[in-house]
Amino acid sequence: MPRHRNRGGSILLGIFAALVFFFLLLPLLVVFPISLSSAAYLQFPPPGFSWQWYQRYLDDPGWIEATIRSLQVAALCTVLAMGLGVPLAFFLNRSRLPGIRVLDRLTAAPIIVPTIILSIALYGVFARLQLIGEWYGVAIAHTILALPFVVILVGAGLRSFDAAQEQAAAGLGAAWPWIIWRVTLPQLRPSLVSAAFLSFVSSFDELVLAMFLSGASMTLPKKMFDNILMEIDPTIAAVSVLQILLVAVALGLTSLFGRGALTTTITR
Amino acid sequence: MSSPRAETPGANRRLMARRREAGLLLLGLPALLLLALVFAWPVLRLLSLSVEGGTLAHFEKAALDGLYVTVLLDSLRIAALVTAICLALAYPVAFWLSRAGRLGLALGMFALLLPFWTSVLVRTYAWMVLLGRNGIVNRMLRDAGWIEAPLPLLHNTTGVLIGMVHVLLPYMVLPIYAALLRVDPDLSRAAEGLGAPAWRSFLRVTFPLSLPGVSAGCALVFVLSLGFFITPALLGGGHVIMISMLIEQQVREFLEWPFAAALSTVLLLATLAIYALIGRLTRGARLATP
Repeated sequence: MPRHRNRGGSILLGIFAALVFFFLLLPLLVVFPISLSSAAYLQFPPPGFSWQWYQRYLDDPGWIEATIRSLQVAALCTVLAMGLGVPLAFFLNRSRLPGIRVLDRLTAAPIIVPTIILSIALYGVFARLQLIGEWYGVAIAHTILALPFVVILVGAGLRSFDAAQEQAAAGLGAAWPWIIWRVTLPQLRPSLVSAAFLSFVSSFDELVLAMFLSGASMTLPKKMFDNILMEIDPTIAAVSVLQILLVAVALGLTSLFGRGALTTTITR
Repeated sequence: MSSPRAETPGANRRLMARRREAGLLLLGLPALLLLALVFAWPVLRLLSLSVEGGTLAHFEKAALDGLYVTVLLDSLRIAALVTAICLALAYPVAFWLSRAGRLGLALGMFALLLPFWTSVLVRTYAWMVLLGRNGIVNRMLRDAGWIEAPLPLLHNTTGVLIGMVHVLLPYMVLPIYAALLRVDPDLSRAAEGLGAPAWRSFLRVTFPLSLPGVSAGCALVFVLSLGFFITPALLGGGHVIMISMLIEQQVREFLEWPFAAALSTVLLLATLAIYALIGRLTRGARLATP
């Protein structure tokens, strides 16, 4: 085989890929040492080790409030996106109504419409309804962004699912809600786990909508944004590390219980 | 299950089908209502503000005022640059991933997905620390004696490009990777077996077959870049203005809703046009899950 002929080429390719991976991981790696720095302001390499920035994060009620609010928002967003999105995926994939394909395409619109447009559109409506600053308002807005991803992921799961199993269960006399609950949903679990992860993380990290809608009661990303604009102190690095760890754990759990479907949303 | 007096089997089946459809519609309805009320209606209402009073004056302003035209062209230029850089970096990586063993693939996917799922804000902050005048990169280059004055990496287009490429690179790698996976390796093996050198079999066989992934990635990256907000706002330091920042400014600072609506319409139309264009170029080429 002429395989060995391009040995040099494949080594070069490997080096190139490694450099790109390094570029991708670099910003994540940098925040770890900074968050553990003993310096009073940003300094690299850190002169010494200290937990002070984590301490400051934990002692600051502003940070804690923002964190809890973001967790609340992300939790409600996940519940709404799953509670509404999973049935929607069933409808879009199972119905034979004319125009269902068009409807399927249309539900992906929130991905395509730039977030800034949705943000100011909702800003206008929410201001009139006096919803600005209400945490559940932000959660509802985030649900709009999460819904299409839930529909895509669960839809992919549904299409690879053999509907004959449902017919078999129905033939044996089981009622439909029971069949869905005991036959269909358990097999969709990987897609469901991935969809829930996606909804949670995308809401937890979302800034643009939150910037317009969260008002004075800031979410964590909004608080971080303001902090970055005003002063770069290593508290942000500590918060960043906690966020990276949270995502890494969630990512690990999802790849354990979910399907490698985390990439589906992108390659759809 | 069946009605007591079974009519013709056909009518029975039709009844079942109708009940099934009604049930399914009921499942979809709440989400569709939410999408209509919290997405479609507010967005359409916003867009309609741009032609309020039956005048196109706001579009005229956007098209004739040099400042806004500059911002629009700048946004397009930055989006094109980001797309080109992402493609140049992503293709070799995707190619490497498609040929990697289990371990390489796992590590590569980790390196790709962990940053992907990390908040854009965290990454942008890290780039500010890395790229500043006294940032880590400049310090290291100076300590190594490679440069004397710090390189201007932050608060300019360079910084914005670095930050945006970092955020958008996975969106380019993954579709190309998925497309490469679907290229039958026997094809390039056959080409090489027939005497084609490896580079030639790549250029004539593998690369053309991966083009659907390339165009999907390009469409995604270009469209997302065009609407980018946080990264240019922070890494550009006010020196790089993109259209989304202009829209925000019009609403928040000047309360110029109709003009912001006109700019939004332009942004949305540009986005849709690019999608349509790419869709036409790669008709029928939908990508599967890797």
